[in-house]
Order: sequence, then structure tokens, then C-alpha cells
Amino acid sequence: MHSIPGRRLIMGLFLIFLLLPIYWLVNMSFKTNAEIVSTMTLWPHTPTLQHYKRIFTDESWYSGYINSLEYVVLNTIISISVALPAAYAFSRYRFLGDKHLFFWLLSNRMAPAAVYALPFFNLYSAIGLFDTPWAVALAHCIFNVPLAVWILEGFVSGVPREIDETAFLDGYSFPRFFIKILVPLIASGIGVAAFFCFMFSWVELLLARTLTSVSAKPIAAIMTRTVSAAGMDWGLLAAAGVLTIIPGALVIWFVRNYIASGFALGRV
Amino acid sequence: MDKTVNQKAWFLVLPVFLVVAFSAVLPLMTVVNYSMQDTFGNNQFFWNGVGWFKELLDPSTDLGGRFLASLGRNLFFSLVILAIEVPLGIVIALSMPRQGWTVAACLVILALPLLIPWNVVGTIWQIFGRPDIGLLGYVLNAIGIDYNYVSNEIDAWVTVIVMDVWHWTSLVALLCYAGLKSIPEAYYQAAQIDGASRWAVFKAIQLPKMNRVLLIAVLLRFMDSFMIYTEPFVVTGGGPGNSTTFVSIELVKIALGQFDLGKAAALSLVYNLIILIVCWIFYTVMTNAGAERKPQEGAA
Repeated sequence: MHSIPGRRLIMGLFLIFLLLPIYWLVNMSFKTNAEIVSTMTLWPHTPTLQHYKRIFTDESWYSGYINSLEYVVLNTIISISVALPAAYAFSRYRFLGDKHLFFWLLSNRMAPAAVYALPFFNLYSAIGLFDTPWAVALAHCIFNVPLAVWILEGFVSGVPREIDETAFLDGYSFPRFFIKILVPLIASGIGVAAFFCFMFSWVELLLARTLTSVSAKPIAAIMTRTVSAAGMDWGLLAAAGVLTIIPGALVIWFVRNYIASGFALGRV
Repeated sequence: MDKTVNQKAWFLVLPVFLVVAFSAVLPLMTVVNYSMQDTFGNNQFFWNGVGWFKELLDPSTDLGGRFLASLGRNLFFSLVILAIEVPLGIVIALSMPRQGWTVAACLVILALPLLIPWNVVGTIWQIFGRPDIGLLGYVLNAIGIDYNYVSNEIDAWVTVIVMDVWHWTSLVALLCYAGLKSIPEAYYQAAQIDGASRWAVFKAIQLPKMNRVLLIAVLLRFMDSFMIYTEPFVVTGGGPGNSTTFVSIELVKIALGQFDLGKAAALSLVYNLIILIVCWIFYTVMTNAGAERKPQEGAA
């Protein structure tokens, strides 16, 4: 691949630009509050783990991480399992209203969460799911299911149709063909779709905060409330922030070899 | 690839249809219902017809003025970040190392901001930009630039825009990189034999190959910036004054802050309609671009 002159410098500068604010957050999470407020230091002079200790020992803090992971995982499972058959249908068949249906799905990916915050609150309160991980997981389906269908459709279209026909000639039933042949063939696509579902569910806050109050509150919401209630505990805020970055960083590390093709959503 | 007509495919689509309809159509019905009514609390509702919509589109009323002002701000914001992120993303994609472990390292670092929860992105920039405890604010003030995003409108805007560039340029870059990687090496060799300049290679080979992913990138970035809420809300809270109040922030203020359900619902519908129209335009352009490419490939 041909690159441009000065590419090392450009890339280096951009990576510094990306990492500097994150470094500042990490730096701050290891400082005492006195050091944060009183002096400007580029690295913690009196490093402390007190903020992390507080988060890991206080249940109201660490339960937030568990709540968040709970609805993110639920949402990813629901999204992928309903999107797979639909992706196959869109990729292989023409049927009444297919194009309109596809556009309608896509338009839901683009719908602003702020529009849905209040109606979702009413809806999930009415059916008794309010303040459970299920409410958030289902609510996040509105943007994750269309995205998963879109990504998986690209990957299914990359599988030659002859494979379907051969399998059916060999006497495979449709469900068996689907599970035994198709799913393994597009495994990397499923990985990419799961990555995106995880990502968008993990980073979303507005709906997650509106649909929970006590027992299923996500970490992101706990951060905003505890901090503003107790004045500005910058060190604790920074430590909580660092801990929300870690799951994302882990997921990226696992899919790093698929990132490039994955971001093209299977359709370059 | 020719698709066969098969109406039974609807059974495969049905689960998706049900899940999305449950979370999209049902709530939207509530919104439509509210948008025609007025409430004075106590769950009492009064019929208001198209009153809210008239008010919404009339800049002389309070509601209309606020809506149109936030809409203008939001459009300006989306255009600015697109004008920065798309060219920058292309440059970054072209600057990617060719091989070795640095590729993976760059990809991981690039993807990192995308997986940070949006309110944490706001928190990071809030901390980073504060004149008293943040590196950026401190350094800027130290070299004599009077920078304070809490009280100065322009500083607040710059902070929100730089934050968005920090947050989302990687998405454009990664999409473009995926497009660039799909170009066979033979194209470049041919260009070299023809003595093509660097610029000609970019215009004739790389840009056309990135066309499709760039469209996806522009669509995603436009939509997401058009409904941006969390990041500016955490950093500036929509202020100073109303200077960084975007449409979503205004909407949440009216709906969950004032509990003015009728106004909020009317605003939601108009907001949704704008997004739907833009989405449709992009979708049509995208499918047409795909349709045009096929005969060309057949000819080549």
C-alpha cells in the first residue's frame, strides 16, 4: 500500500493527540485529591491507590460495572441471534417489501436516543421491566439490531450461494445447514458484529440511565451522580473513568486482527 | 448475484421485525399521541391538534425560537466536524504503517477512543481542559491564551469540536484504511509504470476505492453528530448560556426537565423526520453508487 510523505510524523502526532487526554485521566487517578487541586504535576509525585481501593470495596461502585456488563452481554446475544436469520434472508432472497424493510431498519439505527428516552420509560414501566438489565438490553436493540443485520448481510453475501445449494442437495435441513455450515463460515463476521454491538451498547448512557434507577444502574450513571453529590472528587472520578476504558481496550485487543476488515462492515 | 423471490424469507426476518417494532413503533405511537395534546400535570391531557407543530416552526415563539436556534447550531456543528474529520481521517489512513507489529499497535490505539463510554469521553475532556487542573487548559493559559470553556462561548465550541475530532476521527480513518487495504498491489505497479504522480495515484486509484466506505463514514458521522447529547452535556452542560445546546440537549431539557410532554413530542417528531429524510437521501445515493459500479466491473 502506498503512503504519503511524512507519514510517520503525522501518525505519531495523531497518536499523541489521542493518548494525551487518556494519559491525563490515568495520571489523575493515581494522585491524591490534594495533589490534583494544589499543584500541576505531570506524573503523580505521591502515587496512591486509594481511589481504586474505594471502587473495589464499595458495592454501590463495583455493582455498576456488573450491571453495565450484564445488559451489554444480553443485548449482544439478542441482537446477533435475531439478526443472523434476517441477514441471510436479505442476502439471498427477494420478498415483498424487502427494500423498504431494510431502509426502515437502517433508519432506526439513526434515530436519536433522546427521542426515545421518555416513551421507553413509559413502555418499560408499564410492562414491569423498568430497572432491570432486560429493559436496557431491549432498548439498545433499537440501534444494535439494524447494525448487526447490516454487517452480517455483507458477510453472508460473501459466502458463495453454491455452498447453500450443495448442502441442501446433501440433505441438510435448513436449521442444520444454518448452524453447521453457515455460522462457522461467517464466524469472523459474527465476531465483528458482536464487537460493534458491544461497543455501541457499552458507550451509550442516555437510555441506560433513563431506564434504571437503583438495582440495574450502569457504572456511567453512578459516576455522574456520586461525584456531583459529594462535591468534586476528581481522583475518584478519574479512577472510575479509567476502569470503564479497560473492558473496551480488552475487546479491541482480542479483535485487533479483524478491526480493519470489520470496520468496512464486510463490504469493501 | 441474482436473488430468488421467496416470500417465506419473511419468516427469517420476523424476529428482527418484532424486536425492532417493539422498541420503535410502540414508543413512536406514544410520541405521536402526546404531540397532539397538552398537559397541566396530574395526568390530565387536552387536545391541542397541530398547535405544537405550528409553534415549533415559528421562530417568534419561545419553543420555535429555541428549536430553530439549536437546529442551526447542530447543523453548523455537524458540518464543521465533517469538514475536519473526513480529510483528517483520509490522511491518517494513508499514514498507516505498511506492515509489522506497528500496524496492530496503531489500530488498537486508533480504536481506543471509540470504545470509551460517551460520558467518560466528556469527563476526560472536562478534566483535560480545565484551566486549574487540566493539562490543556493549564498549558494554554500559561502561554498567554485566555482559555476557559466554562465562561467563554468560543472556547466552549472549540473544546466540543476538538473533543469530537478526538473521539471520532478514528472511525473515518479505520473505514478508509479498510478501503485502502482492498486495493491490489498490481494497481500501484501499473501506476508506477505509467509514471503517475502521488496525487494522480490518490485521485485515480485510492479515492475511487474508498468511495463506498467514505459514504458510510459520512453517513454515520453526520447522523451521530446530529444527535450528539452526552459528550457536550458533560463538558459544557449546553452552556455558557445556550451556546452549545444542541437539539438533543434541548429535547431532553423539555421532556425530562420541564416534563412538557406535548412540546417534547412535537419536537421529537420533527427531529426524527429530518433524520429520516437525510438518511433516505444517503441510502438512495449509496444504493445507486453500488448499482453503477457493477457494470463497470463487468466491463473491466
